[in-house]
Amino acid sequence: MVRQSTTLVWLFLMAATIATTWWLSKDGFSARVGTVAIFAIAAFKVRLVLLHFMELKQAPRPWRLIFEAWVLLATAAIVGIYLSTPPLAA
Amino acid sequence: MATVREDAEAARRLPGVEGVWVFIAADMCFFALLFVSFMLGRQEATPVFEASRQTLDINFGGINTLILLTSSWCVVLAVEAVKRDALARVPHLIAGAFLLGVAFMVSKALEYGGKIKAGISMLTNDFYMYYYTLTGLHLLHVLAGNILLIVLWKQARARRFSRGNCVVLECGASYWHMVDLLWIVLFPLLYLLR
Repeated sequence: MVRQSTTLVWLFLMAATIATTWWLSKDGFSARVGTVAIFAIAAFKVRLVLLHFMELKQAPRPWRLIFEAWVLLATAAIVGIYLSTPPLAA
Repeated sequence: MATVREDAEAARRLPGVEGVWVFIAADMCFFALLFVSFMLGRQEATPVFEASRQTLDINFGGINTLILLTSSWCVVLAVEAVKRDALARVPHLIAGAFLLGVAFMVSKALEYGGKIKAGISMLTNDFYMYYYTLTGLHLLHVLAGNILLIVLWKQARARRFSRGNCVVLECGASYWHMVDLLWIVLFPLLYLLR
C-alpha cells in the first residue's frame, strides 16, 4: 500500500510538470494567470515531495511545520514580488 | 485520550538524523534568499530579464525536472524496499537514481555548452548572472548527490542496510529529495516566470 501511494505521488508530480512546462507556460494563458498558476502548482509539488518522499507526514509536528512554512513563505515572496512588478507592455 | 495522543506523537519519527535536517533547512533558506534576490533583480530590470528568459530552452528545464523527480522516486522505492526486506532490489534502485542524476548533469552540460557557444556568460547581464549562479549552485548539489548515491550503492551491494539499520540511507535520501525539491522551484523561476 505504502509503495503504491508514493508511486501515485510520483505519477502526479510527472503529470503536473508536463502540464506546467508544455501547457500553462504557453501564450494561451495571460502571463499573470499562467505564472501564478505555475507557482501554485510548484508549491503543491514541493509539499508533496516534503510530505511523501521526505516522509515529513510521519515526522514530529514541529519539523513538518518548519518545512511547510518554508513552502508558504518562499511561494508568497516570489508571487508577491512578481505581482508587485509592473507587467511588460505586451 | 491524552495518552493516545502522546503515543501517536511518540510514533512520529524523522527519517535519518536531526543534523541532516538542520542542514537541509539551512540550505533551503539560503536558496529561498537567492530566489527573493532574483525576483528583486527582475523587478529592477524586467525587460532584460524577460528577453533573456525567452532565450532559455524550456524543454531542457522540463525534461530535467522529470529526470530528477524520477530519480527521487527510485530512492523512495529503495528506502521502501529496505523496510520490506527486499534487499536484492535496493542496489538496482539506487543505481537507477544515480544514472538519472548523471543524465541531469549531461543535460545541463549540453545546455551550458549551447549558451557559451552563443557567447552568453555570467557577465552578459544580471539575468544570466542569476541563471549561472543558481543553476551552478544547484548543479554542485546534484554532483554531491551523485557521489553520495555511489557510496549508498556500494553499501547496498554489501547488504549494509536492513529494516533496523537504514539511517545512512535515509539521510542520503532526504538530501537527494531536497535537491529535487529545489529544482522544482528553480525551473519555473528561471524558465517559466513571464
